[in-house]
Amino acid sequence: MVLETEKKQKKYKVIGTRPIRPDGLDKVTGRARFGADIDLPGMLHGAILRSPHAHAHIVRIDTSKAAALPGVKAVVTNADFPHVPAEELSLGEGAVNLVHLRQNVLAEDKVLYHGHAVAAVAATSAHIATEALRLIDVTYELLEPVLDVRDAMKQGSPILHADLRTRDMGKDGDIPSNIASHLHFELGDADHAFGEADVVIEREFTTRMVHQGYIEPHNATVSWDEDDHLTIWMSTQGAFNVRDQMARLLRLPVHNVRVVPMEIGGGFGGKISVYLPPVGAILSHKTGRPVKLVMNRTEVLEATGPTSGSYIKLKMGATKDGRLIAARGELAYEAGAFPGSPVGAGCMTMLGPYDIANATIDGYDVVVNKPRVAAYRAPGAPISAFACESVVDELAEQLGIDPLQFRLQNASKEGTRQLRGTTFPPIGNVAMIKAALASDHYNAPLEGPNRGRGVANGFWFNAGMQSSLNASVNGDGTVSLIEGNTDIGGTRASIAMQLAETLGIPMEAVRPTVVDTDSVGYNAVTGGSRITFASGWAAYECGMDIRRLMCARAAAIWDLGEDDVEYVDGVIRARKDAAKKFTFAELAGRINSTGAPIIGNASVSPQTVGGAFALHIADVEVDPETGKVQVLRYTAFQDPGTAIHPAYVEGQMQGGASQGIGWALNEEYYYNADGTLANASFLDYRMPTTLDLPMIDAVMVETPNPGHPYGVRGVGEVPIVPPLATIANAVYRATGVRFRDLPISPRRVLKETQGLE
Amino acid sequence: MQAIAYQSAKSIDEAVSVLRQWGERARVLSGGTDLIAQLREGRRHDVEVVLDIKSIPEARELRYSPGQGLYLGAAVPCYRIYEDAAIARAYPALADSAALIGGIQIQSRAAIGGNLCNASPAADAIPSLIALGATCEIAGPNGRRTLPVEQFCIGPGRSALEQNEFLVALRLPSPAAQSGSCFLRFIPRNEMDIAVANAAVALTLNPAKDRITAARVAIGAVAPTPLLVPEAAAALIGAPLTEATLERAAEAARAAARPITDMRGSIAQRRHLARVLTRRAIESAIQRAKES
Repeated sequence: MVLETEKKQKKYKVIGTRPIRPDGLDKVTGRARFGADIDLPGMLHGAILRSPHAHAHIVRIDTSKAAALPGVKAVVTNADFPHVPAEELSLGEGAVNLVHLRQNVLAEDKVLYHGHAVAAVAATSAHIATEALRLIDVTYELLEPVLDVRDAMKQGSPILHADLRTRDMGKDGDIPSNIASHLHFELGDADHAFGEADVVIEREFTTRMVHQGYIEPHNATVSWDEDDHLTIWMSTQGAFNVRDQMARLLRLPVHNVRVVPMEIGGGFGGKISVYLPPVGAILSHKTGRPVKLVMNRTEVLEATGPTSGSYIKLKMGATKDGRLIAARGELAYEAGAFPGSPVGAGCMTMLGPYDIANATIDGYDVVVNKPRVAAYRAPGAPISAFACESVVDELAEQLGIDPLQFRLQNASKEGTRQLRGTTFPPIGNVAMIKAALASDHYNAPLEGPNRGRGVANGFWFNAGMQSSLNASVNGDGTVSLIEGNTDIGGTRASIAMQLAETLGIPMEAVRPTVVDTDSVGYNAVTGGSRITFASGWAAYECGMDIRRLMCARAAAIWDLGEDDVEYVDGVIRARKDAAKKFTFAELAGRINSTGAPIIGNASVSPQTVGGAFALHIADVEVDPETGKVQVLRYTAFQDPGTAIHPAYVEGQMQGGASQGIGWALNEEYYYNADGTLANASFLDYRMPTTLDLPMIDAVMVETPNPGHPYGVRGVGEVPIVPPLATIANAVYRATGVRFRDLPISPRRVLKETQGLE
Repeated sequence: MQAIAYQSAKSIDEAVSVLRQWGERARVLSGGTDLIAQLREGRRHDVEVVLDIKSIPEARELRYSPGQGLYLGAAVPCYRIYEDAAIARAYPALADSAALIGGIQIQSRAAIGGNLCNASPAADAIPSLIALGATCEIAGPNGRRTLPVEQFCIGPGRSALEQNEFLVALRLPSPAAQSGSCFLRFIPRNEMDIAVANAAVALTLNPAKDRITAARVAIGAVAPTPLLVPEAAAALIGAPLTEATLERAAEAARAAARPITDMRGSIAQRRHLARVLTRRAIESAIQRAKES
């Protein structure tokens, strides 16, 4: 449901409609080609040996028996990689030290988590490759693992990296530590403000490591040619980013690496950092044949980046008239085996929904013996929002103020100063909260025992980054759009729609194609909720480029000055002579008989992302005897700026809410005491199934972003920010117990409500 | 998963002779929903041949008559149970189990007999078979034998089948008039899960429908094998249908549970659930008996 659509419908012809996606037929018929569908002549199959231990020195790797197995063509270890400098490499969402990336794709002298890749084999069949893994003999010297973020921060904890020092305000510490960095943010004077608060609440929270749970496992097929050109077919959120990672890791010129992005079965941030391509590359280099690697689900869960488990201590203070005035927070996020948790984003987004003048927030990025974390949908924000929205809820309750009303009266708005120093541009937070307050859901009575209703707010920055695309006008008035963004959430459609709107032609007249890294200008990752915003902006610029060229061509045909021709609603016409006009298709038909082909080009790097807010309402029922939480009704409100394709915005809102509900209720990495992961399957890593979720109603409350030609704000990430606290607040009202440790599994509910350990 | 030979037996004798030939290296395949997953995940390295019993007539037969009871071939897939109205009405606990093992696709392959032979402590069909008094028909080199189903599982993944034996069928007695049964399991989600605990109850009411004249109670996922709980049945038989009776029986189930703590549940949680599920299954079985 879109609120405020009426105005927009008058304003736009294509934007705000719900056309069928250009890639839809291929996907529902099975024609679409995903990474694992690649099959090349002479192709070998790779397999990876993984550590059964959470923390150990690698004393020796004997690959001789594996190499001797008939059908095995190569066995590689970390020693087969070239040396790389310890430089930071941006991943678009997050960054990684090159040495750590190299050590993560194949362990060097230590294994740092259960599932850490140790060696790899290429063989003539997948079965032989798997069989060969059993013949690789690795001698380990076991070390004590450290699994919890608070344990890892303690003096005397097992140390993962002897050379890691705590970076604190730009300076490195002088003793080895698991704390990779300490961040500090200050706004106003929190100490003073707490003195003026009438109500102060301080609470501690923990969350567990959780995985994105995309359907398609990681894959890569790599061909290293005789002339040192590398081609990689894979599903990735960022083909250009993979190209850069590979060039840097393998010390090749960038133009030697071509990445062909295949269709992708979900990513949510988890398909940015490389795992398989570097291994495939050295296997292909050694064998002179293409090598294909595909993970199974266990490998995905054990060894690809989930998001952090965490510990948070948060204190907030309010005046008795219900004004939030102070916050002090301490956030410690697990980075997994190598530095790089999203704790910074957690710190900076936590207070985003509020106008709160005084805050001091400290963040700690901490390594533990678990897989290196990767981005996951609004990385870091759901974790800190869980803490903040729980404390805010409790403050509202103590003050006797309706929880939504309390959020409304403290809501951030245009001009509100944020913790990171900047002030908000026009944002839709207030309008969204008002819509929730007035909604049927919030005003419907919730009757029956063991039921409760919860609300929570959430903020995500959104990102801009770089986008390039081009479009050719065809003789029949259609347009071929060439872009370089992996289409995860319907972006072929949302980009094509913005080009069609700009050109005043039907969306169906634009055919978008996603191409490889040699075939279009640079594009940053499909991440940060940026594609419909930034590539949509590029589509607008590209459309304007085409409009100028079309006007110039018409002017030439009519022998008029370019200024005498205008482009209105897909019609090119002379300003002063109503008889002189071409439809887009008419002029397109004359392009090649009147001059050069018409191609529009655009490359952009927009910064005015606008910021996104989401507010969720949940009704739950808790079975007091089993502790099971059933979500009865769920409504997600969000400001998409302008919803380009409302159905895909709704899909993002529902998807984010679903993942967040899973995070709140049952998902967790369950580790045995020895650091082995016990539940690396979708059977025991419990994401919600369709039977676990009600219909998630999506309400778009549009406050157009003045920083975008069509008012777009990114929509993909923010809907996962509120659900954790929304569910926890609802369960509180159903049970009378505040749950501050996730997940709120039946086991935990029984423990907290009945004392059953 | 390595190259594995496949053999399909057409008769019980042929199956036994294949088993004699291959011994420990053979595994019997019916629906394969457990076995194939185990082979793919490398959990069984010793298997060299799978022996498909789906072409053995005795293993595929499903036959019910009120006088004779139920003959359930070991390879009969779940869906045939809940889609047969007479069987589902006579053995509602078994229909409950058949309908919640896996999804539709799994139910079209997976067999109750296979669920039993996999001998998981958390198996969703075994408590129902125990409560309904099923008997196993086993074939082997020394001929045929029968075994009460509650004696079939002897440990996690381990059954009472001797070397070169296999399960041919299960027989369930006809329920008496005014009987009802129910199977319940607890999982954190609503699908796609292995039981944290489960329970099955089968009982018979007197003609006045105010007393229980016969009962069997079984619980699962709370011990190395699914358990028959005679103490729970004893609490029910002859007693009036009161709150206290039901609580005593449920408490007996709780006391019988000997669970472990693992990623799926804790000791305290599982014991508690054994009580809750038994209590709820009794209530449902009584309701069904009254409506029968």
